[in-house]
Amino acid sequence: MAKEKKKGWKALTKGGVIEGGGTAKEFKTGDWRSERPILLSEKCINCLACWMYCPDSAVIMKDGKVAGFDYDYCKGCGICAHECPVKGKAIKMIPDNHG
Amino acid sequence: MAKTNIVARTGNEAMAEAMRQINPDVVAAYPITPATEIVQIFAGYVADGLVDTEFVPVESEHSAMSACIGASAAGGRIMTGTSSQGLALMAEMLYIASGLRLPIVMADVNRALSSPINIHCDHSDTMMVKDAGWIQIFSENAQEAYDNMIQAVRIAEEALLPVIVTTDGFIISHCMERIEIIDDKDVKNFVGEKKLGNYLLNVDKPITIGAMDLPDYYFEHKRQHIEAMIESKDIILSVAKEFSGLFGRSYGLFEVYRLEDADCAIVLMGSTVGTAKAVADNLREKGIKAGVLGLRVFRPFPKEEIAQALKNIKAIAVMDRSDSMNAQEGPVCLEVKASLFDDSASPNNVLNYIYGLGGREVRIEDIESVYKGLGEVIKGKSKNKITYLGVRE
Repeated sequence: MAKEKKKGWKALTKGGVIEGGGTAKEFKTGDWRSERPILLSEKCINCLACWMYCPDSAVIMKDGKVAGFDYDYCKGCGICAHECPVKGKAIKMIPDNHG
Repeated sequence: MAKTNIVARTGNEAMAEAMRQINPDVVAAYPITPATEIVQIFAGYVADGLVDTEFVPVESEHSAMSACIGASAAGGRIMTGTSSQGLALMAEMLYIASGLRLPIVMADVNRALSSPINIHCDHSDTMMVKDAGWIQIFSENAQEAYDNMIQAVRIAEEALLPVIVTTDGFIISHCMERIEIIDDKDVKNFVGEKKLGNYLLNVDKPITIGAMDLPDYYFEHKRQHIEAMIESKDIILSVAKEFSGLFGRSYGLFEVYRLEDADCAIVLMGSTVGTAKAVADNLREKGIKAGVLGLRVFRPFPKEEIAQALKNIKAIAVMDRSDSMNAQEGPVCLEVKASLFDDSASPNNVLNYIYGLGGREVRIEDIESVYKGLGEVIKGKSKNKITYLGVRE
């Protein structure tokens, strides 16, 4: 994730107020991850179990098929890989160095 | 000069009267001796339709302050009242109110903390929350309590800091005095309408409050809070100046009484300021140059101003109505000493008197003994740095 330039105390809103709605979207939680899911498309049967179970809505869908993962929000919990019903798994967890 | 009405009121009645005239949007409170009357009387005003306030009778002081925080964040003008154990139970929420920069005004009647259980006056409750980021204003009598409540609304909303206005339990809260009450319309004009910045009920500008601050932002927000406390000194003085211009009673960060040419001085706050002034008058008649510095604003602490006011005093006694249980001086004394330490022109002769714990009476003779001790220090005698005034050995 790119380094943001953080504001000094004089430039921040008083009392830590966050202005505007829907701002949780801007809080990218993917940097908590120590492992990341990798999609093995050739094995995927598009059952969408991973999409249903993902607690962060981080499974990307395209034309009704699993297209990959949104690494801005994926926390690497591994539920998608655990729930994948395919024998030998269509989702694999690999170590993540956030590179 | 605005018209005033002379009435007989106890401290609690005077504070409730101020609250009626201020007409806050929400009051959430839980009863506790000796502050119960303030909100009890105010609840009567609500029941009689004399105010527009939503009164929330909650199940604890923790809930009282929580309700105040929610209502203040929503955009309302909020007040409450408590004492002692109630203030202690609020402690967690006090930090949240001030950290969120919510201008809540609280009437706090000083009472000893348990244990041993005691319902009488000392300052240990208010001193316990001295670092909670609230402005703290002490009152010498019912008149000051009334005037301070009215000024506190303006101070809080301009500084964006919550304010505690204190009286001394029973001594001020339950004693009837002659006080001057300002006309309703003049109080209404003085406090004005609350100026709204960000507030939760503004549907056109949604906000989040109380979001988590990790190590990369918490310090910056605390630095803002520190700055607000520093800047609030000028706000307190400008509000006092406007108040004095309209209603004739003058206030500062502290009161100096016969201090200009004094050799010895007592620094203290709350109701005993009046006793000390009476003793200083008596001693002046005997040719002893005695003075008093009655501290009104404990937070923010008027460091430079106090050092300036005390710079020519040969011996100073700081009287603390609580002890920090730190095996050294009480909280007011430590802050006064710190003020003098940074001002090289000031004398080193500072004695500490811990007095009046749990409502122990402080009489004229007790204050005289303090001045006597200062006189001995001026003559070169060495004295104990800390005296527990009136305690049985």
